[in-house]
Amino acid sequence: MRYTRRWSALVMVLALAVAACNPADSGVDDTEPAPVDTTPGETTPGETTPGETTPGETTPTTACAVDQVDGDLNFANWSEYIDPELIAAFEGEYGVDVVESFYESNEAMLAQLQAGVVYDMIVPSDYMVGIMIQEGLLMELQKEAIPNLSNLADRFQSPPYDPELAYSAAYQYGTTGLGVNLDVVGAEPESSWALVFDPALASAYSGQISLLADPRETMGAALMYLGYSINDTDIAHLEEATALLQEARQHIATFDSDQYDEALVSGEMAISHGYSGNMIVGIGGADNPDQFAYLVPQEGATLWTDNMVVPTVSEHPCTAHTFINYLLDAENGAILTNWNYYGSPNAAAEEFIEPEVVEFYAGTLDSDQLQVIEDTGDYEINFNDYFAEARS
Amino acid sequence: MSESTAAGRWSDRMLGANGWLVYLFLYVPIFVLIVFSFNDNQRVAVWTEFSFRWYGEMLQNDAVLRALRNTLIVAAVATAASTVLGTMAALAMERYRFRGQRGADGLLYLPIIIPDVTMAVMMLLFFAQAINIASHVVRLNFGLGTISLAHIAFNIAYVAVVVRARLAQMEPQLEEAAADLYASRWQTFRRVTLPLIMPGVAGGALLALTLSLDDVVVTSFVSGPGSTTLPVYVFGLVRRGVTPLINAVSVVMLVASIVLVGVSLGLQRRSGKGSILIE
Amino acid sequence: MVSETATAELEARAERAESRRGVLVGAPPFAYLILFFALPLVIVVVYSFASRSSTGATILGEWNLDSWLRVFSPQVAEIAWRSFWLATTTTFFCLVFGYPFAYWIATRSPRARALLLVLVMIPFWSNFLVRTYAIRFLMGVEGPVSVISQALGGEPVRVLFTNTAVLVGMIYGYIPFMILPLYAALERMDWGLVEAARDLYAGGWTAFRKITFPLSMPGVVAGSVLVFIPSLGAYVIPAILGGSNTVLLGDYIVSQFLAARNWPFGSALSTAVMIVMLAATIFYFRRGGRTL
Repeated sequence: MRYTRRWSALVMVLALAVAACNPADSGVDDTEPAPVDTTPGETTPGETTPGETTPGETTPTTACAVDQVDGDLNFANWSEYIDPELIAAFEGEYGVDVVESFYESNEAMLAQLQAGVVYDMIVPSDYMVGIMIQEGLLMELQKEAIPNLSNLADRFQSPPYDPELAYSAAYQYGTTGLGVNLDVVGAEPESSWALVFDPALASAYSGQISLLADPRETMGAALMYLGYSINDTDIAHLEEATALLQEARQHIATFDSDQYDEALVSGEMAISHGYSGNMIVGIGGADNPDQFAYLVPQEGATLWTDNMVVPTVSEHPCTAHTFINYLLDAENGAILTNWNYYGSPNAAAEEFIEPEVVEFYAGTLDSDQLQVIEDTGDYEINFNDYFAEARS
Repeated sequence: MSESTAAGRWSDRMLGANGWLVYLFLYVPIFVLIVFSFNDNQRVAVWTEFSFRWYGEMLQNDAVLRALRNTLIVAAVATAASTVLGTMAALAMERYRFRGQRGADGLLYLPIIIPDVTMAVMMLLFFAQAINIASHVVRLNFGLGTISLAHIAFNIAYVAVVVRARLAQMEPQLEEAAADLYASRWQTFRRVTLPLIMPGVAGGALLALTLSLDDVVVTSFVSGPGSTTLPVYVFGLVRRGVTPLINAVSVVMLVASIVLVGVSLGLQRRSGKGSILIE
Repeated sequence: MVSETATAELEARAERAESRRGVLVGAPPFAYLILFFALPLVIVVVYSFASRSSTGATILGEWNLDSWLRVFSPQVAEIAWRSFWLATTTTFFCLVFGYPFAYWIATRSPRARALLLVLVMIPFWSNFLVRTYAIRFLMGVEGPVSVISQALGGEPVRVLFTNTAVLVGMIYGYIPFMILPLYAALERMDWGLVEAARDLYAGGWTAFRKITFPLSMPGVVAGSVLVFIPSLGAYVIPAILGGSNTVLLGDYIVSQFLAARNWPFGSALSTAVMIVMLAATIFYFRRGGRTL
């Protein structure tokens, strides 16, 4: 038996590359929906996605009236993020089907959108909305078709990633902070990142601290502790944050974005960095909820929002608008929150929301120590790289 | 074959002990998983009391049920196709010589070598292109079809490796003997080669099934409206907070797979071929 | 003399016919792989020479070698070495525990073999994530390891977040990949040869060392490859059981495509890894040898 030699395999791949170069390469070039970005804000949407009309068009060619539907809704959302009864009620009221798909990361959804996969409505996080707007992937919302937009609280009427609320409407929100075990950290702990980053304090809970595995959140926490903005773009500051994190690592047990609430309540961890949505459920479900508290550090914490948007490739934009309007209704907004226990951006819904949730988020929207994560363009990859360095 | 002379009594017992220990090792987490699926508590790891609550919730959860259905469809299609294609590839490599065989060898290892996310990205870009080009003629879309095609692509390589190991270890004399007895190529294949490599083929099929049932990254990139599969759904659930629901889901998938394999093994027995896992 | 050349000619024709049949048998799977694998792969290789826009999109016009230069940076080397070490130890232990196990199954009665093999695969039809969380629970402060150590008067033990935890998790995850090919190779072995060896007064261990193990080599090689390569890129198990305290190659590559949205660098990294692994695999298979 003749045996393969490694270079034969390589040659074959290279030959294929050459052979495929012309059709595939020029094809990829032409239809690659990622434009060369000039200035931010200039939208040059992806070309040649199926169903697309003319480049430059980000509004649907037909105007949508209130409560108008134009076909079934292709709705992509995060798992378990919406009450199925709400969907069923929508289907019944408007006589359309809602085809649900689920995704588990903003970036996977972005990749799909850029490749031209068709959805009518998706729910990306704040920073991703900013990116999608810049990439020209989102349709401008026709506000006449969404009168319930006025139900949104003031803070969500002009978010930093979409100042004119032209492309998005807030869906649910939350904060990122520290869940603590009061039995270990004391009854009145300081609401500060020092619990994690100050060796004098952290050493008391060595091996019982868990931070998020998300570069922006965790490097952001370090930056905020040092007094900088979470969107700071000075490399020197990032290096400071990296050094701080490396120093703090001796007391940190794990970087965990999934099980931190479980770990906290089971006693595995004394301090868990995590999202408020999981904390409220985790702590609420504990045997003794009073043993735990959720702290929003005074130096700064993240306010994050998931938003409803309509991609330009949408084939049923009117149904999408109607659905957005439907979810922004006061009672429906309350049903949404009462089901998934996240913060509701819907001011009109507050009277219908369960008191524990209202109490948990009381004062959050008025706080000025909350910062919103924004995409930092060319600088963005540094967060990932320095986070990797901090962990090695 | 004579088992008793293959290993002495003592070593046979040691092997047996090792075997049972490995099974214990493999099944303890599964046992934990199953037990906690009956936990009447929002949180997984703190036992409250026994209840079927999560199974009830699961049965009413349309999204989960549809994801389960999608997963089983894709797994069945991908396993069947990749087993056939993978076996053919193995035969071509081990029993024949032809030009370009070295390149083919490399091509057969690449799907095993490639990182998941790389394959996910490249399949996404490829399908986007293909759908675009085809849109002049026919309207295609991302969905169960693209997922199956992607699964088959990586499964072929895994099946081929297992079957090749089997073929390489076999001697070609039996096939030559069949040829001497005037058996045609096809007859030789069907009545000599195939039964002999069946354990390898079955092993490859089991591997393909397992890979397909658990694939997350590739699937999440190439899926489309309404085609979310169970592992992708579960991955998404984790972000929202883990409840025993995913345990219940996992148990159901486990049972469904066992039934699937049990039925196909049973059918094999019925048609008189004996168990396909042994010759 | 005439008959000699005639024979030679016949042989040549037979060889070509064989070759054609080989191509026919190989055509469907390889055509499929070329269309649905090699071609997409070309796209990735092309991307490795592209640039990243400020929003993380890929620009195909501005070709450069930046991503490739970065592949050879010390940070990448450190990450690669760590993954390599994990993959090697995982493969080693999978072989150590998997071989006797596969041997044991292969030497049971025919009916038992089928059942035993399926029993190995069943745990892996549960969801991977849920399974790994169950392992995580077992290793945690409230898990049985800890309970036992406390019962023995010691302190609560947390195996979690140690290298051992990661290794155990990896072995768990990849041992079927070792067992299946080994089983396939061992099952059809000619045990008569072993009998013959024993007749010649070879002890059990000698018979194994000189007959069984060499004959099962294709299975050993196949199993090692099927374990080593995926575990080189593994990152979920190490993240969940090891605490994400260090960065592994798989995680690093994923983060380039997702969090960092730096597809050119991710593509370059993946291509480099694939080239190295392909070379090593083919070399390994050659060394492992085939009986043909």
